[in-house]
Amino acid sequence: MAYSDKVLDHYENPRNVGVLDKNDDHVGTGMVGAPACGDVMKLQIRVNDDGVIEDAKFKTYGCGSAIASSSLVTEWLKGKNLDQAMTIKNSDIAEELALPPVKIHCSVLAEDAIKAAIADLKQKQAIEV
Amino acid sequence: MSKTPIYLDYSATTPVDKRVAEAMIPYLTEHFGNPASRSHSFGWTADDAVENAREQVAALVNCDSKEIAWTSGATESNNLAIKGAANFYAASKGKHIITVMTEHKAVIDPVRELERQGFEATFLEPEPNGLLDIAKFKAALRPDTVLASVMLVNNEIGVIQDIEAIGNLCRANGTIFHVDAAQATGKVEINLEKLPVDLMSFSAHKTYGPKGIGALYVRRKPRVRLEAQMHGGGHERGFRSGTLPTHQIVGMGEAFRIAKDEMALENARIRRLRDKLLAGLSEIEEVYVNGDLKQRVPHNLNISFNYVEGESLIMAVKDIAVSSGSACTSASLEPSYVLRALGRSDELAHSSIRFSIGRYTTEEDVDYTIDLLKIKIEKLRELSPLWEMFQEGIDISKVEWAAH
Repeated sequence: MAYSDKVLDHYENPRNVGVLDKNDDHVGTGMVGAPACGDVMKLQIRVNDDGVIEDAKFKTYGCGSAIASSSLVTEWLKGKNLDQAMTIKNSDIAEELALPPVKIHCSVLAEDAIKAAIADLKQKQAIEV
Repeated sequence: MSKTPIYLDYSATTPVDKRVAEAMIPYLTEHFGNPASRSHSFGWTADDAVENAREQVAALVNCDSKEIAWTSGATESNNLAIKGAANFYAASKGKHIITVMTEHKAVIDPVRELERQGFEATFLEPEPNGLLDIAKFKAALRPDTVLASVMLVNNEIGVIQDIEAIGNLCRANGTIFHVDAAQATGKVEINLEKLPVDLMSFSAHKTYGPKGIGALYVRRKPRVRLEAQMHGGGHERGFRSGTLPTHQIVGMGEAFRIAKDEMALENARIRRLRDKLLAGLSEIEEVYVNGDLKQRVPHNLNISFNYVEGESLIMAVKDIAVSSGSACTSASLEPSYVLRALGRSDELAHSSIRFSIGRYTTEEDVDYTIDLLKIKIEKLRELSPLWEMFQEGIDISKVEWAAH
C-alpha cells in the first residue's frame, strides 16, 4: 500500500507521543477504537486556566494512517481553545494526510478522540465546580 | 552488514539454484524437441531428459518413477488429486471428504468446489499447536468417506502432520488419502514406499527449482485411479494432457537431486539459524510462537508480537522480506485463517510474522533481523496504548471497548 509522504513522516517521526497525568483536573483523556478492529487511539489534552490547550499527547495502536492522524491532531490542538478544537473535522485530517478512502476511518477515529478528550475534560471540570 | 531487503520468505518461493538454472538452459535452446515426438532424435533427447528428471523426483520421495505425473505446480496437483479421485470413486465409495481448516487454499477451494457439486466435506479443526488430533480424524471417517486430504508441512506455521497414522486410518477405511507436500520436499524425509499415501503433490519452486512445474505422485500398488481434469493428447498416462515443458522438468529434477544430496547438512545449518532467530526474538517480551516447535520443519518460525498492530509492524520491518499473518489488501486487514483456526485472537493473528529461512540465509541476516525487530517492536510499543495498559496490569480482554 502506498502511503503519502506526510503519513510516512508522521509514522517515522511521530509528534507528541506520551502521557499526561489523567488525574490532573486540567487534563482530558479520550480513548477510542477497539483492539479487535485494529485501532485504539488515546488522546490527552491539557488546558490552562484560560481554557487554551497548551499540551497534547497521544498513543495509538493501529496502522500507519492511524498513527499519523493522531500525531497530526496533537500538533493542531495546541494553542486552540476547546470551541476551536471542536471544529477539527475528519475531512481536514484526511485531506492534510492525503488518506486513501480505505483509511478515512483513521481520521474519523482521530476526530472522535478529540471529542472524547474534551468531553472527559468538561465532565471533570463540571464536577469540580 | 547484510544487504537489504533481506529475503526471509523461502516458504513463499525460493530462488532457482544456479546449478538448476544451468541444467535447464540447454533444453530451451539446443535440446528443444518435444518429448512426445517419437520419430526423431530431438524428441528422444528431450524424452530422455524428462525421464531422467522423473527418476530424480522419484528418488527424493522413494517411489517408482512411473508413479510421478508432471503438472504445472502444486495447485494443479492438488486439484487433479482431489477432484480427480473424488469424482472417480464417488459412485463406488461415497461423497464424503475430510480435510483440515489449516490446509492451503489450493486444497480448501477444490473441496469447496466439490461441495457445490454435491459432495459433503468435514473441515477438521487442528489443536492449538496446529497438529491434527488423530482420534478426531478417526472419528470423522465414515463408510462413505471417499477422500481425505491432509498436508504434510503447513505453509504458515511449518508444523508436520502425522501422515503415517492418518494414512493407516484411511487404508483401513478404504479412503483415498492425498497429501499436499509442497512445503515438505528437501525439509523432511518422505518415503512413499513405507507411507500409506495414495496421492502426493509436489512443487519445484519451493525447493530451489523453477516456478510453473510440479508433480503428482499417483500410487500404482494398489493402483489409484483419477479422472483427468485436463483433456487432450493423453500425456502422462492420460492423467494430464499437455506438451511437457522439458526445461522446467529438467529444473525440477535437478532441484530435487540437490535436495536429496544436501538436505541433511542444509537442514542442520538452517535449524541452527532458526534457533538463533528464535532465541534472539524471545528476548522481546510478549512474543508467542505459533504452531508446535518440535514437530516442525527447521526453516519456519511464525511469531506474534502482542500489543503491536499488524500493518504498522509490516511498515516497520520493510528491510526484511517476510510474510505477515495479515493479508494486507487495499480494503482491509484479514487475519490469517490458519492462525484463527489455532484459536489465536484477532490481535495476535494480525501481529504475526512468518520468517522462513533458506539456502542463502546467512548468520548476519539473522543478526540483522533480531536487532531490527527489537528496535522496531520497542518503538511501536512506546506508541501503543495497549502496551501501556498491559504494563499497568490492565487485562485488555476485560475492557469494554466502544465498537466502531
